[in-house]
Amino acid sequence: MTTAVSILPAPQLAALNDAYRQAVARKRLRMTLAAVAFFAVLIVAAIGAEVNLRTLFTFFGNFVSYFDRILTLEDGTRVWTNPAEWFWGWRKWLWMLGETILISYVGTMIGAVLAFALNFFAAQNTSPAPWLRFATRRLLEFARTVPGIVFALIFVIAFGLGPMAGVLAIAIHSTGALGKLFSEIVENADMKPVEGVRSTGAGWMSCMRFAVLPQVTAGYASYALLRFEINVREASVMGFVGAGGIGQELVVAIRKFYYSDVSAILVTIIVTVFIIDIATGWLRGRLFGKDISA
Amino acid sequence: MSQLPKPDREQLRAKYPDVFDRPAATRLAMPAMIAGACVVFVFGLVNLDFSPAKLWSGLSQLGWITLMMIPPDPGSSLPAYLSALGETLSIAVLGTTTAAVLALPVSLLAARNIIPSQLLRFPVRRAFDSIRGVDTLIWALVWINVVGLGPFAGVLAIAVADFGAFGKLFSEAIEAADKKQVEGIRASGGTALHEIRFGLMPQVLPVIAGQVLYFIESNTRSATIIGIVGAGGIGLQLAEQIRVLEWQKVSFLILMILVAVAAIDWISGKLRFAIIGQRAIA
Repeated sequence: MTTAVSILPAPQLAALNDAYRQAVARKRLRMTLAAVAFFAVLIVAAIGAEVNLRTLFTFFGNFVSYFDRILTLEDGTRVWTNPAEWFWGWRKWLWMLGETILISYVGTMIGAVLAFALNFFAAQNTSPAPWLRFATRRLLEFARTVPGIVFALIFVIAFGLGPMAGVLAIAIHSTGALGKLFSEIVENADMKPVEGVRSTGAGWMSCMRFAVLPQVTAGYASYALLRFEINVREASVMGFVGAGGIGQELVVAIRKFYYSDVSAILVTIIVTVFIIDIATGWLRGRLFGKDISA
Repeated sequence: MSQLPKPDREQLRAKYPDVFDRPAATRLAMPAMIAGACVVFVFGLVNLDFSPAKLWSGLSQLGWITLMMIPPDPGSSLPAYLSALGETLSIAVLGTTTAAVLALPVSLLAARNIIPSQLLRFPVRRAFDSIRGVDTLIWALVWINVVGLGPFAGVLAIAVADFGAFGKLFSEAIEAADKKQVEGIRASGGTALHEIRFGLMPQVLPVIAGQVLYFIESNTRSATIIGIVGAGGIGLQLAEQIRVLEWQKVSFLILMILVAVAAIDWISGKLRFAIIGQRAIA
């Protein structure tokens, strides 16, 4: 089968080709400029961060052999040939791991309650006064932007070493993060029920309780569960600054070069994080259906 | 005004049995769950040594600390702090870029529309998951063991930690890409590499650029904390000043971090909109 492909007359074709080339040239120029700017930023950053590729190449073998070493027991055999020796401290580690999960649970609960108390003031459609909304938003922003571990460092000095500092640090950070998410849910809520309740002469409290709350609780719980999952990871490093949990054991093992312990603790952390991911995912699916997965 | 007829309770009950006679299991489920959550909460408080006395003394300590933080004052070390802040930003930019460059080719291996074989995709995905399961701070400690203290360890830590996150996000972006362009390239006789280069990349790159910018933004925060374990940047200064109880300097450093993060937020927001237009990225 043959089909005739119509060919435009030469002058028309030339004009079209010109236009095309011009359009492409402009785009290419812009791309090149962006790439040059980006590389300039990278080079400045490389100087700022004292990047030394020679060190990397000399020591890259160390990185690989580090994993080789943490997977070797003291008697020179591979860790998986002797699990009992590898996980010799499993009682203590499981206990610490339990503490880590409790820290993140209690921290998430406190954070969720505080965020719940604050978010109606931060949402555009329910805030009673603009200045209150402004103040609440700045407060939440502050709690969210300062990293949790910085709070932990300060709280360790105020409250002493121990899990309490970790819990409070996680609670404050969660308040900031959840407060923002909660207030976004409230902003997406339907305002008609609020008008209905207000038309019966109800005050602000009753409006929130009977018109807004029934719409938003499912979203709140979903986000709180998601936050719990993130907080387990966060809590696993709180021990680095002395704020409780398994991080304490890990940092000691890394600093003192107890190689096989490092891999054993890392494996327990990774497995726990996996299990919690799957469990909360399942729970959210069960509680709220598949549609709220954000 | 007409009065509504008084509802007949018995009749309603007969008409809507599932509203009036819910089984005990569904009626009690919610209170039971809340009670369970509270019990675990109280158990946690007891187990983690919470006591009102401790809380009270800690709070009054915290009040003192806050008072001593005012006003924020860098003393004579402002230049050192500024250069530490620059170091932090460098760590974030460089670490994120390295991670993105390394993750892009590997993420192709984890995308269903490129590698149909489950057998090959599965280990790549689990590797990404495991890398993501380990916190940036832990990677920083490991790299400090390898290349020594300093910002370079921070760059490598962020690069490795983000490699896992990017691998997952990129492969999802690739899977979401439209198949038609790829088929077009194949129909005109392109090889598998041509398909990726001309069929997939033009669709995927803007999404990826948006994600990379977003990560640079969030890594500015991560980069401030990896200094705490000795991997360079402003976190190192912050941890030091907290340990020697120089509260005015601490509050100044925290303010600097807040301002830097806000500035990066603003810049990357602008750039993101310029790249992908006014729609939100996933």
